[in-house]
Amino acid sequence: MKKLFGTKFLVFMMLMLMLVLAACGDAEETEGTGNTDTPETETDTETETDNSSEGEASGDEGASEKLVIGFSQVGAESEWRTANTESMKAAITDAGHELKFSDGQQKQENQIKAIRTFITQKVDAIVFSPVVETGFETVLQEAKDAGIPVFLADRSVDIEDDSLWATFLGSDFVEEGRKAGNWLVEEMADEEGPVNIVELQGTVGSAPANDRKEGFEEIIGDHDKFEIIKSQTGEFTRAKGKEVMEAFLKSDGENIDVLYAHNDDMAIGAIQAIEEYGLKPGEDIIVIGVDAVKGAFEAMAAGKMNVTIECNPLFGPQMVELIEKHVIDGEELEKRIAVEESMYTMDQAEELLPTRKY
Amino acid sequence: MLKSLMKSKLFWPIVILVIILLINLFFDRGFFQIEVRNGRLAGSLVDILNRGAPLMLISIGMTLVIATKGIDLGVGSVIALSGAIAATTVADASEGSLAPLFAAIALAIFVCMVAGAWNGFLVSRIGVQPIVATLILMVAGRGVAQLVTQGQITTVYYDPYTFIGGGYLLGLPFSIFIVVAVLLLALFVTRKTAMGLFIESVGSNPEASRLSGINSKNILMMVYIFSGFCAAIGGLILSSNVASADGNNAGLWYELDAILAVVIGGTSLMGGRFYLMGTIIGALIIQSLTTTIYSIGIPPETNMVVKAIVVLIVCLLQSPEFRSKVFGSFKAKKAVESEDDKGVTLS
Repeated sequence: MKKLFGTKFLVFMMLMLMLVLAACGDAEETEGTGNTDTPETETDTETETDNSSEGEASGDEGASEKLVIGFSQVGAESEWRTANTESMKAAITDAGHELKFSDGQQKQENQIKAIRTFITQKVDAIVFSPVVETGFETVLQEAKDAGIPVFLADRSVDIEDDSLWATFLGSDFVEEGRKAGNWLVEEMADEEGPVNIVELQGTVGSAPANDRKEGFEEIIGDHDKFEIIKSQTGEFTRAKGKEVMEAFLKSDGENIDVLYAHNDDMAIGAIQAIEEYGLKPGEDIIVIGVDAVKGAFEAMAAGKMNVTIECNPLFGPQMVELIEKHVIDGEELEKRIAVEESMYTMDQAEELLPTRKY
Repeated sequence: MLKSLMKSKLFWPIVILVIILLINLFFDRGFFQIEVRNGRLAGSLVDILNRGAPLMLISIGMTLVIATKGIDLGVGSVIALSGAIAATTVADASEGSLAPLFAAIALAIFVCMVAGAWNGFLVSRIGVQPIVATLILMVAGRGVAQLVTQGQITTVYYDPYTFIGGGYLLGLPFSIFIVVAVLLLALFVTRKTAMGLFIESVGSNPEASRLSGINSKNILMMVYIFSGFCAAIGGLILSSNVASADGNNAGLWYELDAILAVVIGGTSLMGGRFYLMGTIIGALIIQSLTTTIYSIGIPPETNMVVKAIVVLIVCLLQSPEFRSKVFGSFKAKKAVESEDDKGVTLS
C-alpha cells in the first residue's frame, strides 16, 4: 500500500496546529482581560470609602452632589449595545459622578453577583439592564432594603411589585412601530392605493419584533388602502433579510410597494435583493427600517432607503438626569419613561452620516 | 425496472424533492418559470440552487466525515470564521486590483483547513470522540470570528469580493459553478481513486482497515481537512453575498442542516457507505422547503413546525423498516384483494 503522507507533511501539520493553539491562547487572554465578572472601579478607589458612606446619607438628605453609581450591563453583543455602554459610562463620569461598571456577559448570575457587590459597596444608585425578565426579585428586594434605588435601562423585568425599581427608561418599541406607520401614511397621503406592504419581522417572539409589528399594524389598520401582503421573519440578520426578500420578490414582484423591516440590517439585506431583482429600492419599493445604524445612513445617502426610525442607545445623559432628580432632589419618577427618539429621512442622511457613532 | 429504481437510495429523496416543488406550483403558477432578466437567468429554481449552494458545499464535506463514522459540529463556526477573515482582509482594499480578493480567499481557506486539521488531529491522533472534538471548535470558532471582526458586523465596500456569492457567469449564479466544481472534485477523488473505498473501510472498521494496510489516521485527518475546506468556501459565499461578515450569526445552525442533508441523502451516521448525490438532493430538499415556506406565506411562528414535520416524513420514508411495515401491509392486502378478484372472475 502506498503511504499517503510523508513524515515531512506530518511535521508541517504539527507546526500549523501549534499556530492554531497559539491563536486560541491569545483569544482567551484578550477575552479574559476585556470582561471581568466582578465590578471594577473606573475612577480612583481612594474616594470610595468616604464617598459611599456620605452617599448613603445623601439619599435622605439630598446634600451631596457627587454620586456613586453602579452599572450592570447585559454584555457586548451588538454595536447597539456597545454604543449604549459607552454613552452610559461617559454620561456618568462627565457629570462628575463615580462609576462602578460590571459586564454581565449575558449571564444572569453575573448580574446578580454584581448587584450584590454594589449593595455591599453602598452605592447611591444602580443602573441595570437585565439580561432576562425574571428571577431578579430577591436581589432587587435586597437593594430596596438597603435603600438603593434601581434604574432599569433598556430592558424591563417581569415583577409585579413595581416599588422594587425607581423607573424603567428604555425604547418604546410599539411607539417605533407607530412612527413607521405614521410616516408611511403621510408619505402615501396622495396615493390612491392599494398599497402593498411586505414586512420583515425580527426574531420570532422577541419583544422588539412583537411590538414593532403591533405599533405598525395599529396605524396601518385605520387606513383601508394599506395591506400587508407578506410577513415573514428575517431573524434580524442581513443574510436572512436578503433571502426572504428574494422569495417575496419572486412571488409578488412588481406588486410590492413598501418594505417594512424591523431593523436596519434586514433592510440592508433586502435592498441588495431588490437591486438584484432589477428594481430600484427607495423608488420602486419604499424601504422603511428601524434602529438608525450607520449602514442605514449610508443606504439613505445613496438614495436606496427612505426612512429609518431611531432606536436610540445614547440615553446615558437622560438616565443621569433622572438619577440626579431622584437621588438628589428626592423626586418620584414615572415607572415607565420612553427614550427620546427621532426619525431620519433620506434627505437628512448625507448631512448626518459623518456624525453617526454606531 | 420500477422496483430496482425504488430500491435506489436516491429514489425517495428525489420523490420528496419533486413533491415539495410541485406544492409550490399549486400556490404559484409561475414557480417553474425561468426568465432572462438583465441578461441573467432568474426564477425560483435558480434561487434555490443559489441559496442552497453553501449548504450543499458544507454537506459534501460532512458526508465524507460521517462516512468515517465521525461528525463535524464545527462547520457553522468555520463558516463564520472564513467570512470574518475574508471580509477583514478586503475591508480596506482599493477597487483597482484583484490581489486583495485572492489574498482573502487564500487566507480564509488556509485558516479553515487548519481548523479542519485541528479537528482531524484531535480525532485521529489523540482519539477524542468526534462529537466532543468538533464541539470545541463549534464554540471556539465563533469566538475567534468575533475577535477577528471585533464583535461588529464588518461591511465590505470592495466590489470584486461580492462576485463569489453574488456574481454571475454565463447567466447563472457563480456559486452554482463552485458547487459543481467541488462536487466533481469529491466525486472524482472518492469514485475514481481508491480514496472512497478507504473512507468507507475506515468508517466500517478502522482497526481492520489499519491491519489491512490503510493509514486510517491520515484518512481521518484528510476528511476533516476537506470538511474545513468546504466550510471555508461556503463561508466565503455567504459573506460575499451580503458583502459583510457577521461573527454572531453567519452559518448559525448550519452544522445541523448539513447533518440533516446527509442523513436525508441516505448516508448512515454509523459510517461506511456514503452517497454524495443523495446529500446534494438532501440539501436541495432543505433549501426548497425554506424557500417554499417564504413564498407561500406560512406565518413565521409555525415555520419550524412545518419544517420538522416534513423532515420527519422524509426520515420515515428513508427507513426501510418503516416502509416495509406501512407499504408492506398495504401490499399484502392488495395481494389478498387481487386474489379475491381472481376468485370472483373465475366463478
